[in-house]
Parts: sequence; C-alpha cells; structure tokens
Amino acid sequence: MLKLSPPFTAEKMRALKVGDEVLITGTLFTGRDAVHKHLHEGGKLPPQVNLQNGMLYHCGPVVIKDDQGRWKCVAAGPTTSIREEPYQWQVIRDYNLRGVIGKGGMGDKTLAACKEHGCVYLHAIGGAAQVLAERIKRVCGVYMMEEFGAPEAIWEFEVEDFPAVVTIDSHGNSLHKDVFAASQAELAKHL
Amino acid sequence: MNMLQDSLLELIRRTSVEIPEDVHRAILNSLEQEKKGSIAASAMQIIDQNIALAKNKSQPICQDTGSVIFYVECPPGYDQIVFEETARKAVKTATKKGFLRQNSVDSITGKNDGTNLGPGAPALHFHQHRSAEVGVKLILKGGGCENVGAQYSLPNEKLAAGRDLEGCRKVILDAVLQAQGKGCGPGILGVCVGGDRATGYEASKQQFLRKIDDNNPNPELDRLEKDIVATANKLGIGPMGFGGKTTLLGAKICVLNRVPASYFVSVSYMCWAYRRQGVSLEADGKISQWLY
Ligand code: SF4
Repeated sequence: MLKLSPPFTAEKMRALKVGDEVLITGTLFTGRDAVHKHLHEGGKLPPQVNLQNGMLYHCGPVVIKDDQGRWKCVAAGPTTSIREEPYQWQVIRDYNLRGVIGKGGMGDKTLAACKEHGCVYLHAIGGAAQVLAERIKRVCGVYMMEEFGAPEAIWEFEVEDFPAVVTIDSHGNSLHKDVFAASQAELAKHL
Repeated sequence: MNMLQDSLLELIRRTSVEIPEDVHRAILNSLEQEKKGSIAASAMQIIDQNIALAKNKSQPICQDTGSVIFYVECPPGYDQIVFEETARKAVKTATKKGFLRQNSVDSITGKNDGTNLGPGAPALHFHQHRSAEVGVKLILKGGGCENVGAQYSLPNEKLAAGRDLEGCRKVILDAVLQAQGKGCGPGILGVCVGGDRATGYEASKQQFLRKIDDNNPNPELDRLEKDIVATANKLGIGPMGFGGKTTLLGAKICVLNRVPASYFVSVSYMCWAYRRQGVSLEADGKISQWLY
C-alpha cells in the first residue's frame, strides 16, 4: 500500500506501476459527464477549481446538509469512466492532471495522454459508496451546482487514505488490457 | 400511513441497506479464496467493510439504488390497484428518507423530479396463486451492471455457437468476458434460454429471486450453471476485473419455449451489490416473515 499525498507531481506519478495499491490524501475534485462536455466545448472553470496538477474523481456523490448547515457526503462511489474517454485526454493535457479516479478503466486516448503528461488512472472500488464516503473528511465546496445539479456538479473533497488501484500507469501499461487479453486466451482453452 | 405502506417502506429500506445472507456468504467465501495480499483480496475486503458499514448506518450499500422492481404473489381477488398505489407512496417516502437515491429520469427531457415515480417506475409484476398468502419480493437493480447484460441470437457465427446447450455455454461465457471490469464484479448471472426478446430478458432477471446456493431442478441446467461458474472463475478476471479467482458468485439459468425461427439467450448481470429481499404479509399488510 503506497501513500500518495500532495504535491502531486509528475515524478511521483511516473514512479507508480499498474497494480500498485494507493491511499490518497489531499484534494479531489469530482467531475463527470456534464463537466467533461463543458470543458470539451471550451467552457471555463470557476477560479476556485484548481485542477492544475490535481486529481479528478468520476463520481456523482450523495451530499446532504447537516443540522449546522455543513455539507456531509453520505455516499461517494465511482461512476463508469469510459463515458469520458472522448474528452479525458484533453483535460489531462490542459490541466496537467496527475490522477483520474473512476471505475471500469479507460481507453487508448487516455492511456496515451497519461503517458505523455505523467498522469495515472486510479480504479476505486465500484459500489463501495459507504467506505469511500467515510474517507472524505471534509466537503470544501461545490461549484457549478446551478448549471449541472448535485450529482454532476464539481465537488471539492478533502480525503484521507482514499483507497484505489493504479490500472493505467504513465508508461503505457493498462491492467484492463492485460487482464482482457489473458482471460480471452484462457477462455479459448475451455471452449 | 397504513400497515401495508409501512411494510413496503421497511422492505425497501432493508433491501437497500442490507445484503441478503446467501449473497453475503458467497462474498465472504470469495474473500477467503483470493490470495492474501492481492489486489483482489483488498477489493473484497473493502466490499465486505462496505456491507457492514451500510447496515450499521442504515444507508444504501451503493449510491446507485437502481431500478425498483416488485414481484407480488397474491390470491385471486387481491386488490392490485391498491397495492400499486401503496407501493408508489412507499417508494416516494423511501426516496425522501434517502434509502433510495433520486434515480428516475424522464428519458426524453432528462428531468428528474426526485420522486422515483414515472412511467415504468417502479416496475410491478403480479402473479396469482391458490394460497391465501401475499408475498412481495423486491429487487433493486443497479445501472452499471444492467448495462453489461446481453442478448444473443443463435446461431452466432462469430462465436461458433449453435442452437444447443453447448452454443448457450459459449455465448454465456462470452458475456462474462465482455462484462469484465464493468458492472462491479464479482457478479451473478441470470440467464434465460428461449422466449422472445422481451420475455427472455424478463425471465433472466427473475432468476435473481433464486438463492445463490440453490440447485436447479433440471439436472442439465444445474450442470451448466455449475460449469459456467467454475469456468468463469478460471479466467482470472477477478473482482472489479483486477485479476483474481472470483469472477462469478453464481449463475442461474431457466428455459422458456421459443418459436422455431428464434433462439435467444438472454443474460442479465447483477453486481456484487445484489439487493434483493422479500416478505410475506398478513391480511392487514403486516410483515409476518422475511423471505431471504
Ligand atoms: S454496478 Fe452495482 S455496485 Fe456498481 S455502481 Fe452500479 S449498482 Fe453500484
């Protein structure tokens, strides 16, 4: 288990390999379909959203306000990443993203962008909404709520020991491709 | 609130926050199978922690609380209209209380009115039986795993799958291969051989009402179910597609007649967050027994 904490530098990301388990501490911004489409169409981000050298989490969390009016995240599992495949490479390039967190893996364009810019794809455990919500220590802010609605808005989370697995590294390796090829070959033996 | 509505609300709550015992046993078993220290083992550990946490906090196991599907068995003369109205109220309340996410969207406008009510939502299936009992089963079917379901029309040339059980085996295993990494495995398959495109998928989903460790009364299908699980677990796909020993926790297969021209194999996929519960109701709507 490797600990990942800020500053998230390209060097730290280049040291990671496919199959490494990490615990992330620091700031995550959520972003899913609406955010990616917005950026792809040349949209701007609010100044508080500093994605530079940052981590982007594909997640539509359930966040409620507690008695004192503070945000509290009650469920925060990853959503399927492949939907952002047409856009992700661009966001990685434009913001020097260091990590993209989601589930299900991504395709060749993202793989190439990770390699070129020193970024990794981190797979969180799909469905583990409660465990992952517990690792969110603070909801620091929410942006573009008006435009996109709660699940699609950009949430800023401070996380501690948020577990994930490197499944695409910055050296052109993809665990998804490897497992697919190996399982396909194995299946052929049993048909 | 009336008794029936209270009972249905409790059924929804428990389905959303607690994994049924048979599924939990299968998950613990798979955790034991995975190699200590592997990524597969830590994925299963996190899944197990998540199950405990959801139950203790009475919060949804997964934030995608899925499509809400009721299966009702009732005697002749049971008022289905009243049941449906009551079920809709219970769904609305469960959503307000956070046991269900605001999860139902108008397919054209994209609007979500936050009630989980609309055309086809919730879905209800009624079935009459001779006994006086009323039984209600509920499945919350997540979207990620629904997306990896597949329907094959045999013969399938690409997979060299003909119109026999061997052909069925080939396409079912292909569905497992294609689903990897998506749909939050380890998964459970519900399969229907035959029927038409609609009844086939419908019957495949009803297989999720069976317990994971039951046996198929048809010995040929029983053999195929066990073979599919054993073979899938040799492929090395593992939890979340990380690589590992558990790819499937179970496979349940049923058969419907078909017309001579068609031969469909419909495969539904259920994620590890397998939310299914059921209750027997007394005449006044009170829960007399939990079914899983
Ligand atoms: S596939 Fe299942 S576990 Fe995964 S996100 Fe969807 S509902 Fe949750």
